[in-house]
Amino acid sequence: MREISVFDVIGPNMIGPSSSHTAGALRIALMARRIIEGRITKVTFILYGSFARTYQGHGTDRALLGGIMGFSTEDKRIKDSFRLADQKGIQYEFVPDTVTAGVYPNTVEIIATSEDGRKVDIVGESIGGGNARLVRINGIKVDISGQLQTLVIMQKDVPGVIAHVSQCCYEAGVNIAFLNMYRENKNETAFSVIQVDGDVSDKLVEAIRRQPNILQVNLIKL
Amino acid sequence: MVDFKNGSELIALTHEKGALISDIMLNRECDRFDEAPQDVLKRMAHSWQIMKEAVAQGQTGSGKSMGGLIGGEAARLTQHRLTQGALTGTLISKAVSYAMGVLEVNASMGLITAAPTAGSSGVIPGVFCAMQEEYHFTDDQMIKALFNAGAVGYLATRNATVAGAEGGCQAEIGVAAAMAASSAVELMGGKPEQSLSAASSVLASMLGLVCDPIGGLVEVPCQKRNGTAASTALVCAEMALSGVDSLIPFDEMLEVMFKVGRSLPYQLRETALGGIAAAPTACRLCERGKGHGPVDDR
Repeated sequence: MREISVFDVIGPNMIGPSSSHTAGALRIALMARRIIEGRITKVTFILYGSFARTYQGHGTDRALLGGIMGFSTEDKRIKDSFRLADQKGIQYEFVPDTVTAGVYPNTVEIIATSEDGRKVDIVGESIGGGNARLVRINGIKVDISGQLQTLVIMQKDVPGVIAHVSQCCYEAGVNIAFLNMYRENKNETAFSVIQVDGDVSDKLVEAIRRQPNILQVNLIKL
Repeated sequence: MVDFKNGSELIALTHEKGALISDIMLNRECDRFDEAPQDVLKRMAHSWQIMKEAVAQGQTGSGKSMGGLIGGEAARLTQHRLTQGALTGTLISKAVSYAMGVLEVNASMGLITAAPTAGSSGVIPGVFCAMQEEYHFTDDQMIKALFNAGAVGYLATRNATVAGAEGGCQAEIGVAAAMAASSAVELMGGKPEQSLSAASSVLASMLGLVCDPIGGLVEVPCQKRNGTAASTALVCAEMALSGVDSLIPFDEMLEVMFKVGRSLPYQLRETALGGIAAAPTACRLCERGKGHGPVDDR
């Protein structure tokens, strides 16, 4: 677990009213946005647990939409999210699900469609104090908190991918702090989630993309 | 490397280095996160600015809360102080009004600094802004004092909890008031021991307070509790500055608070199933308003 900083207790700076229902929800959507490629035209938020019951009074809906538009937790435009999303031509809907049992109390599933018709399905949990984690991408279990800069790599599940990625990081002088791989079935699509110390440059992201078995490289930088 | 795990280690460090609690906390932040003091101070100045703006905005009475249960209370208190005179004196009256105003800003999706949480975000700005106005401290002094508050909040997070869902309101607004009391003592020239004594007295005064928000929303009773907690913080700081110490040391009191919190039934820990949230009037409000609690599963 990360060390407690003075800014964990005098902070986060955030749009109210709730660190878990507003700031944490926004962080889920913000992380999801980094993984979705292309301009988002349609997004459905399925709300579970406490999110499903109190999302309007906590502005969870506005915060989620704000995250999808790339707003930070401090951004005063969050309150106007609905209007701004309309202006940007983003269709959105919120679907409370109070029936499904066994989900974490503050969970949201984000189903986003991009301009080119691609669909991404991401599930995230707001875990308190404004912190959040993504737990599923397109049905594959992951664990992404975004506390360090994180590379999320979609790849074919074949040999050589990690060797390429770690070589690129080495050449860029970037230290890998945590590396996790997730897959559903052998030889199909897999995800690598790589948390690093310090900054990831665009050049590094480009270098990683050059391997033919790498399908998508996204950087989460909150 | 400067670091401490509990209140007694913190006090020992202040003696060893001849420093204030705020100095030690600033040193710890720089050491642990490898940052320069001026960068850390700059970030804290940003938080202080947000706190001051939230206090000012809270006084306008313009914020309509998302759940519709609060709005305009802080302005009413200030109006009363200005026209009728404050029953509790200017300092406490201001602290209460400011703290409640910040909760209005929070509930209407305004910008606040969670300290330590959004639901307790009024206490520290309320106490700090009232003290700055009444005693003419500089912004630099206030920013420095936030590190003292941060030290208490860090210890509470590390050794107990600041989450209402885990420890009830005593852990959230209670810790916020303990943080405010400790820094008020330092601002007034008290010793580090007196700071933690004040924090301990606050926790004792608010021990057992449940977290029971109507409809699960951060409005009622959170707003009033931020106000009363601000006054408790100042009263306990006054006790410590007078040499009226807490018999129970801060570290033990934190442990007591944590144990009491964990023994609270879950209905009284932010679930909106018990306490005020379950009062008949609260249930009627939930059904009517946007904030639908457990009674309404739309």
